[in-house]
Parts: sequence; structure tokens; C-alpha cells
Amino acid sequence: MNAVFYLLAAITIAGGVAAVMLKHLIHSALAVTVAFAGIALLFLQLDAQFVGFAQILVYIGAVAILIVFAILLTHGADLPREGVFSKSWLAGLIIAAGVFAVIGWAVLESIDAVPQRNAVFEVSVQKIGNALVGRYVLPLEIVGLLLTAATIGAVIVAMHEKERSR
Amino acid sequence: MAATPFFANLDRIFILLRDWLVGFLPVAVRPAASVVLGVIAIVCVFPGLFALTTIFERKGLGRMQNRLGPNRVGPFGLFQPVADGIKALIKEDIVPLSANAAVHFLAPLTLVVAVFMEFAVLPMGRNMALVDMGSGLLFFFAMSASTELSVFMAGWSSRNKYSLLGAMRAIAQMISYEVVLVLSSVSVVMIAGSLSLPDIVNKQNHYTHGFPHWYIFTPWGFAAFVMFAIAATAETNRSPFDLPEGESELVAGYHTEYSGFKFALFFLGEYLAMFSVSGLGTTLFLGGWSAPFSFLTFIPSWFWFFSKVMLSIFVFIWMRGTLPRLRQDQLMNFAWKFVLPFTLLDLLVTALWRILGLGWQRWVFCTVILVAAYVLMGLDQERRRHIGPRRYRYAE
Amino acid sequence: MTAFPSPLVGYLLVAAVLFAIGLAGALIRRNAIIVLIGIELMLNSANLNLIAFWRFGPHPEALTGMMFAIFSIAVAAAEAAVGLGLVISIYRHTNTAELDKINRLKG
Repeated sequence: MNAVFYLLAAITIAGGVAAVMLKHLIHSALAVTVAFAGIALLFLQLDAQFVGFAQILVYIGAVAILIVFAILLTHGADLPREGVFSKSWLAGLIIAAGVFAVIGWAVLESIDAVPQRNAVFEVSVQKIGNALVGRYVLPLEIVGLLLTAATIGAVIVAMHEKERSR
Repeated sequence: MAATPFFANLDRIFILLRDWLVGFLPVAVRPAASVVLGVIAIVCVFPGLFALTTIFERKGLGRMQNRLGPNRVGPFGLFQPVADGIKALIKEDIVPLSANAAVHFLAPLTLVVAVFMEFAVLPMGRNMALVDMGSGLLFFFAMSASTELSVFMAGWSSRNKYSLLGAMRAIAQMISYEVVLVLSSVSVVMIAGSLSLPDIVNKQNHYTHGFPHWYIFTPWGFAAFVMFAIAATAETNRSPFDLPEGESELVAGYHTEYSGFKFALFFLGEYLAMFSVSGLGTTLFLGGWSAPFSFLTFIPSWFWFFSKVMLSIFVFIWMRGTLPRLRQDQLMNFAWKFVLPFTLLDLLVTALWRILGLGWQRWVFCTVILVAAYVLMGLDQERRRHIGPRRYRYAE
Repeated sequence: MTAFPSPLVGYLLVAAVLFAIGLAGALIRRNAIIVLIGIELMLNSANLNLIAFWRFGPHPEALTGMMFAIFSIAVAAAEAAVGLGLVISIYRHTNTAELDKINRLKG
């Protein structure tokens, strides 16, 4: 447990809190990008380089840009009149705190049963490739199909309606 | 590679220099110090090349347009970058009043940091990659994807309609062509069998009868290189894909509201992106640091790498002086309806190349398929060209 | 706690905090896009859990945690695309992106 882990954890959690609490939507989108970057660096800490770089490529390079485009296309820059938090915000906070309490209790109760293997396992990209087309070929194909369906669906859903005679 | 000790040492001169400098420090800090020295070298060399390229470009474009370029400052105008640098540093830094100050400040920084990171994995000579990661190519594309966000930050935080329009167009263009960039690199990865850039160069460093095994000399490699070059031009917003920053269209696009040093940082970021994507193209297709003929291997490897990168830059400048600018919908049409299908077909042809085994059959087969596809797709695009009012159906 | 008994516990607690923050964001805010941001945060925390267990767990050579995380990243990107497309479409129809105004099924 070194200083780097604490720093990265602090950055990630700060990004997450800022994303949820900031009033201006674009600031919130940029804060969640910082949180994504923090998680990518945590993956690198955990010796999962491929997943870390894939996280940067997909989340920061695609999902963050999607979020930002959606904010622009729905004119999110204008702040609503009645404030940004919903009327039942207290209930939401209590539920989130309750969920965190349950998960935290589960983690802390099982400290003794937690696996402790510390040796680093060298993952080469060849092994990932072999696993993807060997053992995990079915999920790979299904994810391919899912991504195709999602792409076509997203384009159709977000498309302008054809100008019909009113 | 029969190299006399003199040429072998010349090849390794930067490594020897680094080891000698690091030798002055205690043993504990030596690894960190050697990495820091590599970083300092990159931060000094590439902006230096950038300064050279600005004058190269202005003189070159001037000659192509039948005029002299800048020729007042220094002999033949060669000190022009110094004058430009001083001008950028002493100009007043104007930030619009309603602009979002924090985001406005961070945008050029994010761009330059992400672009500098891309240089860390390029093998600039034999054993001269700063970091040899197992997934170096993926790291390069991850950093390249991060530059798009900074373009948006710049365009949005300026509170200017032209900036925002320019930013959105630039991002749409960069996302579309990034898919093409990654897919054309995947062909190389399929044949080389590794995502690590020094490995890919090592696989190309063989010679038969004096000719090198560069991937550009294979049919699938040539097609992939052409697609990569188109995508690289579009990724770095260079002509003919420079609508996001075309002066006659959008004032200056997403860097309209930037002045002084921040504008210089954007300029630096764009040219450095050009260098790094040229470096990647050289590594993947042109054999990286390997010499063109086997009798020329005595010339140092870093000389070949930088020559190839400067040749690519010259081709970029040449394209800028020659081709007219593409309109936004023409650009996007080109990406999704021609370049991407052709790149996917090239992936199939690469797989076919691998399966058919060695021999003349695979050369003929692959070349025929690629040429036929190119001709057919080109004819199809010609047929679809309609002149008339445009109707946009997709997201505005 | 200055030192965790195992590094895994630290990662699991960070993931739990991030999950709670994402959940809070999805429940507290009115704008639909912030709800989607909260969902992405929850997915990220689950990925962190998966990778942490892969790293410190008994059979890392099976690469299960890493594969699961990669597929999760892909699926999350697809879901973000469809979700944001839906938000844009709803905005075009009802001219608002706030969830408590979009509470009628009549179009």
C-alpha cells in the first residue's frame, strides 16, 4: 500500500464526487473524464496494462466524447430553473450510503478470507489473444453482435425524423 | 550487417552518450536518470524539428505557389522560427471575459502532454525506444484518442460559435478517421504478431537480394499504408482535411480565441502530432530504422528513422500545397463509405496473405483482389455523386 | 487505517466508494445525462473489482478477470451510445432532458 495508490484513489474519488456534485454539466463531464483516467492508472498499478490502455482508448477517447456531444445537443449548458438536484435527493443519498455500508461491511468482514497472492503474473498480449479466440470465443462473437446492434440502434434512435407532410 | 566498430559506435552514439552521462550519478538513481535523460532528449529534439518544419513548410508552400517564402530574417529566411517564437512569447494573452477560464487554460496543456506521450513508444533507432511496452501500439492510440477531448475543451470554453462549430467538426472527423488508423495498423499487427513497436521493426529488418522486407512493399501493406496516410492526414487536421481550421471557413476554428503562447502550444501540438503519426507510419510500414538496401546498413539507424519521418512531413506539405480542401460531408462520406470498407477488405486480404503461404500465388491473388476492389468502389463512388441540395438526416 | 492487511482490501474499498458515488449521482440529479454518467461510474467500479480480484486471486493464468473487464468495457461503451442516443431523441420530442418532467407516457 504505497503513496501512489492513495494518490490515485484520491484523484479517482475526487473526480467521481465532482462529476456528481457540479452544477455545470460540461464541468461534470470533464470531472468524470478525470475519474476514468484515475481508474486507468489504477489498472496500470494492478499490472493490467492492456485493460488500462483499452480503458483510456474507449472511455476517454469515446465515451467521454459521447457524453460531451450529448450535453451539447441537448443544450445542457443552460441551467434549469428549479435547481439541479431532484426533490428526493435525501432519499437517494441515504440509499447510496446504505449500499456503501453493506459492501464495506462485507469487505471488512472477509479480510481473513481474502486471497493474498502477491506475485506478479506476466501477461503478454499473445496470451490475451489466444484466450480471446480460444476459451472466450463465444463472448467475443456475442460482443461483436451486440456492438453491431448497438451502433445501428443508436444511429436510428438519434436520427432526425423524415420531414413528412404536417 | 558488416559494420566496422566506428559505424557500430556511431549507430549507438546516443545510447553511449546517455550511459556516460548517467555514469556520474550514484547507482540507485541510474534507471530513473536514464529515463529522464531520454525525456529531455525528446522534449528538445522534436520541438527543434518543429521549428525547422515551420520554415520548411512556409518556404516549400511558397515555392509551390510560385512565390518566395519568408526571406527577410536571416539567410534565406532560416531564422524565421526564432522570430515567430519571440512573437508568440511576447504577445498579450487575451482570454475572453465570458470564457471558462480553467478549461480554456487546460485545453492546450492537455493536447501537448498527450502528444508528447506518444513519442515514448516510437523506436527511433536500434534499441532507442524510450519505453518498450508489450502493448506499445495500443498506448499510442490511447494517447491519440485523448487529444480529441482537448480539442473539444478548447472549442467549447471559448464561448464562440465559430470555435464550437470548428471543434465539433474536428472531433467528428478525428473519430471517424481514428477507426481507419487503428484498422490499418491491425493488418501490420496480424503479420508481425506483436503490438510492441520495436518488435515490428525487427520483423521488417531482413533483406533478400539486398531489398528490404518492409511491409509497404507487399500488396496488403501498400493498401494499408495508403489508408493509413489518408487517416493520418485527417487525424492531424492537415489539408485537404483541414476544414476545422480553415481560415476562409471558420476564422480559425477551435483555436480562434487563443493568442500568444497558448496559440503557439496548439500549433506545436498539431505539428508534433504530425511527427508522431509519421513516426508511427514509418515504424509500421516503412521499416522504422532499417536501411533501404542491405549495403547501406552502415549508416546509423537513427539517421534512417529521421529521414523517413522528414520525407513523410515533406509529403504532408506537398499535399497541402496541391489539393483543395474537402467539405465536411464529403470528408465524412469518404471516410465511412470508401476508406473504411477498403480497410476492412485489406484486413481480409492480409489474412489471405498469411494463409496462402510463401510463393508467387499470394502476390498475384492479393494484388488482383485489392486492385479490383479499388476500381469497383471508385466507380461506385463516381456513380453516387449527385449535385443538388443536401439534406442532412443525422445528428446536427 | 494506515496499512491494509492486504492490498486487495484497499482496491475493493475504493471500488465500493466509487460505486456508492455513482449510485448517488444516478439517484440525486435531475438531468438524464448525469444519471448516465453515474451508471458509467458504477460500471467502472465493477471493472476495478474484477481486475483487483484477478491480480490477487488464485488463478491469474486463466485471465478470467481481465477478459471479463474487457468485455465489460465494450458493453459499457455500447450502452452509453444507445442511452445517450435515447436522451437526444427524447430531448427532440419533449424539449427537455430533465427526468422529472418526462413523466408521462403520452407522446
